[in-house]
Amino acid sequence: MSKFKIFTKGFFAENAVFVMLLGLCPTLGTTTSAINGLGMGLATTFVLVMSNAVVSLVKRQIPDQVRIPSFIVIIASFVTIVELLMQAYVPELYDVLGIFIPLIVVNCIILGRAEAFASKNNVFDSILDGLGMGLGFAMALTILGSVREILGSGSIFNITIYKGDGALVFVLAPGAFIVLGYLIALINRLTKKA
Amino acid sequence: MAKQRESTFVNMVVVLFIVSAIAATALAFVYKATKEPIAKSKLEKKKKAIKNVVNDFDNNPIEEMFKIPVEGGDSVECYPAKKDGKIVGYAIKTFSKKGFGGLITLMIGFDPDGHIHKTAVLEQHETPGLGDKMQRNKSTFSNQFDNMDVPDIPDKDHDGIIIEVTKDNGTVDAITAATISSRAFCDAAERAYNAFKKIKK
Repeated sequence: MSKFKIFTKGFFAENAVFVMLLGLCPTLGTTTSAINGLGMGLATTFVLVMSNAVVSLVKRQIPDQVRIPSFIVIIASFVTIVELLMQAYVPELYDVLGIFIPLIVVNCIILGRAEAFASKNNVFDSILDGLGMGLGFAMALTILGSVREILGSGSIFNITIYKGDGALVFVLAPGAFIVLGYLIALINRLTKKA
Repeated sequence: MAKQRESTFVNMVVVLFIVSAIAATALAFVYKATKEPIAKSKLEKKKKAIKNVVNDFDNNPIEEMFKIPVEGGDSVECYPAKKDGKIVGYAIKTFSKKGFGGLITLMIGFDPDGHIHKTAVLEQHETPGLGDKMQRNKSTFSNQFDNMDVPDIPDKDHDGIIIEVTKDNGTVDAITAATISSRAFCDAAERAYNAFKKIKK
């Protein structure tokens, strides 16, 4: 696989949210607005890149039967580091995303990439893969968040588009499922061959 | 390249131990490095909240903080604001456990005559897009509390509770679709007011 393809497959061909349907818990939970989706996506990207790099570095030292607990420890450490750093240096963003950050640990995209890619490929490819997958995830979350914010709150990135309360259901959990369903249908329609 | 390490018992124990030890060391290091900035940003936030909710002052309210016991065995923190040695208001850090997403912490400023001066949200975990509109920058909900005149005599119809949403026959308009969060906000304000009454006595 070419380096370019490793990077870009996370956006469309193997997009974590729209194609593989991985990591739906944070996807549905955090995308009440565009900025929340973007922030969560970028935080996930950081953890994904770091954990992919480390897992790829130590993959030969870790016996097969304890690889999952080892990966989880590595991932959880990075998540905690992100949480502490955000709390210390970007408290404004932490106020918005704080409760969602620990959720990154249980995001199966990260463990999935560690298991399916980083433990079989070299460090550079793993970093590329993490970056592509992470940014693809961030893109998906931002789109989902934007749609929900426009329909639910009448604004995008906190900029008001129309006045009024909007359709409340899109801010709540059912709206997340509805919007995600339509987006997946749309993407399947667009990428359908012949 | 070296071959994959085999899954013998000793190997597994050693590797897991090493991985955990490195992770623990890294976390301890980051924790230590961020401890001060985190404490500083929390204090900064508190200071800013106090400044926002009371009249101009020239003392250091954080240093003169005292605690007031409230019902349920809890207590609230009170920060007196003084100018030229005269009290110009009290900022009371209050809370409510009735939030939709857990504990809500507010800073509520009182003028010496018993008006609520202004309010600020310190911590909340309400639903984004709904209950989190209690924050000043997200909706006009909290503006209702600015210069709010809290009546002196508890109305008998309200079981002695003064600050309530209209749904409970109170005067505060709740946030659309977030009555629980609005009630919690009122609950916290009520708690602060009760504490304030104790200072005045």
